[in-house]
Amino acid sequence: MLSLIESWLKKAALEAQEYVRLTISTFGGVFTRPFYRHDIVEQFELIGWGSLTVVLLAGVFTGMALASQSGLTLDQFGARPVVGRLVSASMVKELGPVLTALMLTGRVGSGIAAELGSMVVTDQINALRALGTDPTRKLVVPRVLAGIFMAPALTVVSDFIGVLGGWVIARYQLQVNSSLYWASVTKGLYFTDVWMGLSKPFVFGFLITTIACHVGLRTEGGTAGVGKSTTISVVAGSVAVIAADFFVTQIFIEFFY
Amino acid sequence: MAVEQALTARQILSEPGAPVVVFDHVELAFDEKVVLKDLSFTLIKGHTKIILGASGSGKSTALKIIVGLLKADAGVVWVNGQRVDQLSERALMDVRSDLGMIFQEGALFDSLTVRENVGYKLYEETDLPLEDIDRRVEEVLGFIGLSEHIDKMPSELSGGQRRRVAIARAISFKPSIMLYDEATTGLDPITASTVNDEMIKLRDLESVSSIIVTHQLRDAFYVAEHMAERAANGTVRVVPATPEKERQAEFIMLRDGLIIFEGDADTLRASTDPYIREFLS
Repeated sequence: MLSLIESWLKKAALEAQEYVRLTISTFGGVFTRPFYRHDIVEQFELIGWGSLTVVLLAGVFTGMALASQSGLTLDQFGARPVVGRLVSASMVKELGPVLTALMLTGRVGSGIAAELGSMVVTDQINALRALGTDPTRKLVVPRVLAGIFMAPALTVVSDFIGVLGGWVIARYQLQVNSSLYWASVTKGLYFTDVWMGLSKPFVFGFLITTIACHVGLRTEGGTAGVGKSTTISVVAGSVAVIAADFFVTQIFIEFFY
Repeated sequence: MAVEQALTARQILSEPGAPVVVFDHVELAFDEKVVLKDLSFTLIKGHTKIILGASGSGKSTALKIIVGLLKADAGVVWVNGQRVDQLSERALMDVRSDLGMIFQEGALFDSLTVRENVGYKLYEETDLPLEDIDRRVEEVLGFIGLSEHIDKMPSELSGGQRRRVAIARAISFKPSIMLYDEATTGLDPITASTVNDEMIKLRDLESVSSIIVTHQLRDAFYVAEHMAERAANGTVRVVPATPEKERQAEFIMLRDGLIIFEGDADTLRASTDPYIREFLS
């Protein structure tokens, strides 16, 4: 039993060490040559533009459900007209960043882990190294950069479409006047809220892509290993997003509120 | 002083008979499993070293150590006058620029076309003009006889064609050392012969030193006992090797990470070692 715990701890420590090493070399790759510009542009398009549909759908339905649910609760206090405030605050501070990140974990994280994992088991990563290419610079840096910068962009889209979805429900189901809704939306948002909502996705994008790249590059055991890596990437990415959400929120509450 | 040493090393390596790859008492283990035990051999410039052995005997591991994909636990590895066992990943890029490696199954980049695969290093890692790279890619594919497949994806090629594209990719940047990891395994005899001929042509016409890892005896002996020559009209023929040429191909037999045989094809055939006899039968 003790040896099992010891072996688990050793494995966990090794994974953490390798993750930190990959993160450090990724930072090095961002600021030093060679740069693979074509790959960076391609990843921005794949991760950003490619995830737009799923983020739009998640955002609009979340905003609509949120308005619907909030309407019921607010009715108990006769506060239906402030539904916009609740929708905007929830979407911008919490639901927009977290749901967008979870969508990206499912779509982008799994894709990265599967792609890099397949490259590992078919020796393509070794081939890259043998041909003089550093896989971190060629494969990891473009994905991490795209994750860091596209997650906030997609979150802004998700926030907006969520608030818009909330308006549809507020206007046509809750019968709240449009101008009242939009006035309430802006009233409910403080500058710090927007900052919090915009800061989180940078952290989430970084976590999703670095975890996926780390897991993908450490794939072992053929095609079964690729499946396992994909699952680990989604599970670890999702947990990391939710945990990071808590910590970033605490940091903001501690220092900015 | 360092410049003088580098010059001396370069002068030595430019001469015939120079040692281009040296393994000196190399050892490697993965956890409890010892893969290489005290492995020592030397590859001479322009010669061929054929490493035979059963699966798991450490053949592919030796190649990965040469390219720097794995680090030895003990011992010294020299490649083109540089100690690869001591170099950082960044410094290894310089050594790798003169090494071409063919991986098992080819390891082609499946998201790139044949053209992009073959010219990968030139497109991505050099500042050569695109026209020059395209010309070189076409030249290499012509040499390997796959010009008509230049715009295909690897998934559209047969196993043998993929293996030949892998050779084309490895030779596109004109390395002086080629490492073949089971280049003919899983291929039918006719396709394997085509790949063997490419190895022979590279060695004899382009003066490339080669290390061939295989457990395909037929292919190993074929490469050792044939040579390529260019006729007056420019055509290239693969013919039985002269005795002198045959001696330039040396066999190594590995068993559990140890060398149990080292010598030429005739000596290998004449060996009375029971394990080697069983391996050859």
